[in-house]
Amino acid sequence: MTFSFRFDPISLPEEAKALQEEVRAFLREEAARGGFTPGKGGFSREFGRKVGARGWLGMTWPKKYGGGERSQLERYVVTEEMLAWGAPTRSFSTGDRQSGPMLLRYGQEEIKEKILPRIVRGELCFCIGLSEPNSGSDVFAASTRAKKTAGGWLVNGRKIWTSNAHEADYMIALLRTSPPTPENRRHGLSQFLVEMRAPGMTIRPIINLTGSHEFNEVVFDDVFLPDSHLVGDLDMAWKQATDELAFERSGPDRWIETFPCFVEFVRQRGAEPSERVAEGIGRAVAELMTLRRMSLSVAGMLQAGKSPIAEAALVKDLGTNFEQALPDKIRLLAPPLSDEDPDANDARFEEALRHATLIAPKLTIQGGTREVLRGIIARGLGLR
Amino acid sequence: MSETSDSIILDTATRILSDLCGPEVVNDAEAGKWPQALWETLEESGLTLAWVPEELGGAGAGTADGFAALRVAGRFAAPVPFAETLLAGRLLAAAHIPAPSGAMTIAPALPGGSLALSPDGRLEGRARRIPFARSARHIALFARRGDERFVVLVAPEGLGLRAGTSLAGEPLDDLIFEGVIPKAIAETALDDEALLAWGAAARLQQIAGALERILEQSVEYAQDRTQFGRPIAKFQVIQHNLAMLAGEVAAGSAAAAAAAEACGGGETALPRLAAAKVRGGEAAGAGAAIAHQVHGAMGFTYEHSLHHRTRRLWAWREEFGNEAFWAMRLGRIVAAQGADALWPFITAEN
Repeated sequence: MTFSFRFDPISLPEEAKALQEEVRAFLREEAARGGFTPGKGGFSREFGRKVGARGWLGMTWPKKYGGGERSQLERYVVTEEMLAWGAPTRSFSTGDRQSGPMLLRYGQEEIKEKILPRIVRGELCFCIGLSEPNSGSDVFAASTRAKKTAGGWLVNGRKIWTSNAHEADYMIALLRTSPPTPENRRHGLSQFLVEMRAPGMTIRPIINLTGSHEFNEVVFDDVFLPDSHLVGDLDMAWKQATDELAFERSGPDRWIETFPCFVEFVRQRGAEPSERVAEGIGRAVAELMTLRRMSLSVAGMLQAGKSPIAEAALVKDLGTNFEQALPDKIRLLAPPLSDEDPDANDARFEEALRHATLIAPKLTIQGGTREVLRGIIARGLGLR
Repeated sequence: MSETSDSIILDTATRILSDLCGPEVVNDAEAGKWPQALWETLEESGLTLAWVPEELGGAGAGTADGFAALRVAGRFAAPVPFAETLLAGRLLAAAHIPAPSGAMTIAPALPGGSLALSPDGRLEGRARRIPFARSARHIALFARRGDERFVVLVAPEGLGLRAGTSLAGEPLDDLIFEGVIPKAIAETALDDEALLAWGAAARLQQIAGALERILEQSVEYAQDRTQFGRPIAKFQVIQHNLAMLAGEVAAGSAAAAAAAEACGGGETALPRLAAAKVRGGEAAGAGAAIAHQVHGAMGFTYEHSLHHRTRRLWAWREEFGNEAFWAMRLGRIVAAQGADALWPFITAEN
C-alpha cells in the first residue's frame, strides 16, 4: 500500500528570486521611513495601496481583471516576505488569498469586472462569513438564511468570529438557500457577495484576549442582495468550498505568524550564544527550513494544476503547531530577568514574545482547527 | 542522471529487497546469520558501488540514485552495510582510489573523530561506533597528517576490534588502529566533516524509507484490529494519531530530500544538511512513538516486524551526529550571522 501524499521538490525560478529581492527592498524602505513597524502586522489601507501599485496583489489573475498573470510561486514569495517581516497585511490579505480567487472562479461577469481590479489596486478589504453561533468547525450546519425575493435575496441571521468585518468593504458569505437533503447534509448552501455597508447590516466588536478588536459578530436583518451577488451555483457551495481549502491552508501564513519573536530572540542573544541557546535556535531553524520546503512544494503543486488538499492540511497542522509552540520554547531559553534596566534589544524582544504568547492559542483554530485538519489528513490516509 | 535511470535503480532495489529481505532475514541477521543471498544480489546489481565511477570499478550512478536506493533499503530494514559500502565507495572515488569488491564501511563515524597517519604511512588512533565493521572486507577512512588530509583504504586484518551492537542489533564496533599499514593512500581536498555529512544524509534516506513503511503498517494494523466492536481506525483519537504520524513521515521525507540535495555533489551545503538531520531525527523519534502506540502490545513483541524499523529509527537518528549536535552547529551559524540575516538564511536554499 502507498499513500497519495506527495511533496514534489521545488526550487524557486529565477523570476521569483528576483522578485524576492524586490519585495525585500520595498519592505526595508517602507520600514525605514516609518510606513510600518516590522513584526507588528496590523491594518493599513495606505500600505495595501502601495503593495497594489507594485503589482503584488491578484498576481496570478488574468490581466483582463487587472491581474498580473504571474505564477503561484511568485505570489508565494510576496506573501511570505510580507509575513516574515510582520508587515500590515490585514487590509488586503483575505481578498488576495481567498475572496478574489473565489470570485474569479465562480463570480458573475459584471461582479468580476467591478470588484477584481479594485482588489488588485489594494483598495478593498474582504472578510469571510462562515462561522455562526451554532456552526463553527461544522461549517455546513450554517443556518443564516437567504430567501428569494424580486431581483435578489433577503438575508437574515448571524455570523460570528468574522475577522476584519468592522474594516471590510465586502464579505463572501455562506448562506442557507435550501434545507439539507437526507442524502447530503451539505446541500442547500450558497455563497454570496455581501456589501458590508448595505442597510440592515450590524457589526458588533468582539474583543479578543490580547485586548484587540479583530473579530466581530455580524447581524443580518433583511439585508438585500441583488441576483448578481450569487457566487457560483445555487445550493452547491459545498462543492466549491473544497478546492478553496488547498489555497487557504498551504500558505506561508500558516507557519510564520510568531516568527518575529524568534528574530528578536536571536538579536537579543547575540552572536555567541550558550550551547543550550544555540541548540534551541538550531532546532527552530531546522523546523522552519523544513516547513518552508514543504509549503513551497504545495505552492509548486498548485502551480502545476494539482489539488493537494491533504498535503496542504498536513503542512498547516505541522506549521501551526510549530508556530504555536515557538514562543513557549523561546520563553524558556530567554535569560533570567535581572534588576538592571533592559536595553533596546531586551525591550523589543520582550514585547515580541508577549505578543506571540498571547496570540498563540488562535493559531491552531483559525482557518480550520487542528482537529478538522487531522480529520482531512485521516481521510487522505483512507481512514474515513 | 535521467529520470529513466532513476526509476531503473529504484525498481532494481525494490525488487531485490522485496525478494530477499523479508522479516525472517532481518531476524536471522540479528541472530548472527549474514544474509548472503541478499548481499550478493545487491552487489551483483551494482547498487553497492553506485557512487563509484566505472573507471574505478563501480556503477557510475548519480548521487540522487544512490540516495533513492537507500530509502528503499530503509523501508525494508535491510540488515546489510549497503549505506556504509556506498559511502566508502564515494570516499574512495573522491580520492581516485579504485573500489574493491565486497562489503565496506567507513571511519571515523563520530563528530570530531580523527585518525592520524604517521610520517611513515601507518594509521594510529581509534574510531568508535563503526557500523558493520566486523562484516566489512575493507574500511575506507579519512585521516590527517598535520594539515594534510588523506583518504585511506585498509583491510581489517591487524586491527583491534571491540564488538558492539546498535539499538537495532546491528554491528556497531570500535576499531583500534596501532600502526596499521594501509592498502592505499591518497591525498584529498575533502573537508574533515565531509564524511560525517554524507553519513547523515545517508541515514536520513533510510529514516525516510522506514517512516513511510511504519505509517503503512500502522494504518493497516488500525484497520484490521477490532476493539469495542469496530476497527480501531474508526476511533477519532486513532485517526488523529495516524494523521500526526503522517505529518512526521512527510517532514522526515522532506528532510531526506533536502539532505540529498545538500550532499548532491561538490561542497556540502552544511546548514541545509544540519537542518535536515535535526528535523529528520525528530521525525524518527516522534514517528516511531506513535506507530508503537497504535500497535499496542502487539508492536512491542519480537514477533511483530514493527521493531525492525523502529529500532533502526532510534539507531539512525543517533548516528553521524544526533539532533542536538546538528542543532547546536546550526544555531551557532545562525547566531553568528545575526538576526537580520535570519530570514534570508532560512529562504536561501530554495
